[in-house]
Amino acid sequence: MELVFQFENLSDFLTMSGHGPYVWACYIIGALCLIYLAVSPLRSRKVLLREIRRLQRIEAHEKKQREQMAASTN
Amino acid sequence: MDWTWFHRLGSPKWFYEKTNAWIPWLAVISISLLLIGTVWGLAFAPADFKQGNSYRIIYLHVPASFLALAGYYIMAISGAIGLIWKMKLADMVMKSAAPIGSVLTFLALVTGAIWGKPTWGTWWVWDARITSMLVLFFLYLGVIALQEAYQHQDTANKASAVLSLVGTVNIPIIYKSVDWWYTLHQPATLKLTSESTIHWSMLYPLLIMIAGFYCFYALVLLQRTRTEILSREKKTKWVKALAEEKGS
Repeated sequence: MELVFQFENLSDFLTMSGHGPYVWACYIIGALCLIYLAVSPLRSRKVLLREIRRLQRIEAHEKKQREQMAASTN
Repeated sequence: MDWTWFHRLGSPKWFYEKTNAWIPWLAVISISLLLIGTVWGLAFAPADFKQGNSYRIIYLHVPASFLALAGYYIMAISGAIGLIWKMKLADMVMKSAAPIGSVLTFLALVTGAIWGKPTWGTWWVWDARITSMLVLFFLYLGVIALQEAYQHQDTANKASAVLSLVGTVNIPIIYKSVDWWYTLHQPATLKLTSESTIHWSMLYPLLIMIAGFYCFYALVLLQRTRTEILSREKKTKWVKALAEEKGS
């Protein structure tokens, strides 16, 4: 099995004897789709973890306030 | 047979921890396969004697269509498991599979349209295969919409599981459309029961791309499901500890 580069030169590879725009458009759209699929769960995970930490800080703060209230009324 | 693994699968925490180690492997394997397949298909596979270089779109179009369909199975089956056994994890997989499937179906439709222009002379025809793929795209969008439409997650899961199960009627239609209504779309290139109608020099990069798409699909489905687990379990101790750990 021998693999041979199928084009004369780089510009031949890019134009693909007239089919270049179709082929390259597909591959660019394909790359964008896959990148979106790979990145979007990571980004939503990051946002979610930040949100959970924020809620935890609020919770801790409220707990502290309640304790202080309880201490002052006693 | 030992069925404890099936019960454990019902525990999102167990699943989350178990799949931690799989992510880097899947990422490395899928990126390598996709890169090798793309370079091979674009530059080293011979040009088609009828279609010239435009056929190179096959290396994207066929794997995307494969996974658009396989992804529908995964979504419908996990929807059914969620309905029947009330398994939380199955509902999360169903929800996660919908957006991935919709993007892949979109990619299959768009690459098909772009391929159609130099080959058939038109971007779009209401051919049976293309129309049934468009229906698949709308089914995915329907599941996404139903997931967002309800206040209660349980109701949303039930509704979208029912929709995805009803939608499976479309799957055999897509497969058989090229044989039942022989119009414009060519019949399947890869067949399980008989020899493929493609030379090995074009077939190998295609198989590599399909394998790469499968691994990539597994990777992104896992990632989405894991994020979904964290979101639904955010009140639990282990998720809070995890968030704390990632923040410091």
